[in-house]
Amino acid sequence: MLTIKNLHTRYGPIPVLKNVSLHVKQGEIVALIGTNGAGKTTLLTTISGLLKPVKGSIQFDGVTITKKSPSEIVALGLSQVPEGRQIFTPLTVEENLELGAYQRTSRNDGKAVSKDLEAVYSLFPRLKERRKQVAGTLSGGEQQMLAIGRAFMAKPKMLLLDEPSLGLAPKLVDSIMKTIVSLNQEQGLTILIVEQNARKALAISHRAYVLETGKIVLQGSSEELIEDSEIKRAYLGKDYATITER
Amino acid sequence: MRLLGLGIFAAVIAILPLLFPENYYVTVVGVTMFFNVILAVGLNLFMGYAGQISLGHAAFFGLGAYSSAILTTKFGFNPWLAMGAGVALVWIVSYLVAKPILRLKGHYLAMATLGFGIIIHIFLVQYDTLTGGPDGLSSIPELSIFGWPINSDLRWYAVSATVMLLSILFSLNIVASRHGRALQAVHGSEVAAETMGIDTSRVKVHIFVISAVMAAVTGSLFVHEQAFISPDSCSFFFSIELVTMVVLGGMASTFGAVFGAAILTYLPEFLVVFQDFKVLIFGGILMFIMIFLPEGLFVGLCRLFTHFKQEQKECLTS
Ligand SMILES: Nc1ncnc2c1ncn2[C@@H]1O[C@H](COP(=O)(O)OP(=O)(O)O)[C@@H](O)[C@H]1O
Ligand SMILES: [Mg+2]
Repeated sequence: MLTIKNLHTRYGPIPVLKNVSLHVKQGEIVALIGTNGAGKTTLLTTISGLLKPVKGSIQFDGVTITKKSPSEIVALGLSQVPEGRQIFTPLTVEENLELGAYQRTSRNDGKAVSKDLEAVYSLFPRLKERRKQVAGTLSGGEQQMLAIGRAFMAKPKMLLLDEPSLGLAPKLVDSIMKTIVSLNQEQGLTILIVEQNARKALAISHRAYVLETGKIVLQGSSEELIEDSEIKRAYLGKDYATITER
Repeated sequence: MRLLGLGIFAAVIAILPLLFPENYYVTVVGVTMFFNVILAVGLNLFMGYAGQISLGHAAFFGLGAYSSAILTTKFGFNPWLAMGAGVALVWIVSYLVAKPILRLKGHYLAMATLGFGIIIHIFLVQYDTLTGGPDGLSSIPELSIFGWPINSDLRWYAVSATVMLLSILFSLNIVASRHGRALQAVHGSEVAAETMGIDTSRVKVHIFVISAVMAAVTGSLFVHEQAFISPDSCSFFFSIELVTMVVLGGMASTFGAVFGAAILTYLPEFLVVFQDFKVLIFGGILMFIMIFLPEGLFVGLCRLFTHFKQEQKECLTS
């Protein structure tokens, strides 16, 4: 569904992504893990068209999107949940969700949009309770739910999630991860998830890529990677130690 | 709720001239206030809702005003046709300016719009064969609606009030629509707005052009009401005055802009000191509001009187 070939991206003169290639098949959850500053966010923003690559190509659903604008890419069915949630704090929960369907409301997709609104509310009952509340007053976990729900409102075929667990309490992390799995299994969404929390990401994904200073250094099925000694040392280190102590 | 506010406001405006038909503050200053309200409401769409800044808004007012003045006095145009031409000119100019300028943000955008305003002002002063130079243009013909000449204070009151109420209604409708939410999304975070599939640069250009055209229409009406125009009416200082109106009332609130425009129209009329220290006082007001009431006077008061969160949101959307 998504195929990236030999991608190079830079901020001004500074190269960030160096020859990145990866693919995500329809129906998969693929995790992209890597330390802070590895270039994970840069990769996602390049895919969604906010940043233009210097070299390389990105294909989504059979269309080359390398040179397309973010709004064209959203229209093709690829939505991003940006890092740090970026919800619109002065607007209500429901207005945020309606903004997610921005392109569809112009196409008079009214009925389908309100159906999806109900789908989001049944996925996140908390949001339904707070639908008329100003989004800035939500807790971190609720804001993350809103960010995911808002992206869902665009009726995407594929979701790009940037560190959905960032800054959340462990219990909430689990519930967000469960939601991501159900979006994949029940709603049929293909998902590319970026995480620093490698253990969680590997637990829910089918395959994974490891990004280090702008290069893909490892890839494989998540089951294999979670047993890989190199991964254990570099990304699962602390948790791994606590497990062996028991 | 929003329309109720507008209804009450319209009723007050309709009753005042019936009670005081000869009162200078009602029928003369009132018209100036209505013009300022249209300008502030338009600028507020761009500043308050979309979160941008323009320090050159008076230039669009000036272009609208001068188009009407020049075309009617020098080329014998019908006033309505001249107004249409002025609107078309501002439409094109603002669109052309918007494309490069709106890529800028913050201070850079402020500087660029400031520069644009100054260029237009210099043009109006220097190109005197057409514009009359610093002396301006006079003997501008009156406007009439289907043979009904707008030739008295009361008639101008009625016409300007109608246009003003329409512009408020227009603004309220935009804000409540998906376009209004897109504006607020752009204000909140352009990156997030882009990920929603909102073409942020298009949204910004649109609202800039809309507010410029509102200013052009006002300029054209102003010139027919005054029968006179000079570059002083569309100087840099007038741009600052408009920004102060928006900020004073409270950004991202249509009635806030109305409120700000009303106060800053009447205050100089009542306080004589205002005339001599206008620049100073406006600067002082801007600083005071920014420091102590960043949400503006109207929104601040509105919050004071509404205790429920839900209603507080109305302060921002009305
Ligand atoms: N807007 C920017 N301008 C310049 N450099 C940036 C910018 N954003 C990120 N970088 C740099 O690019 C590298 C990758 O950043 P990022 O993609 O945010 O990493 P990650 O999401 O994996 O933590 C970092 O070295 C960071 O400093
Ligand atoms: Mg990141």
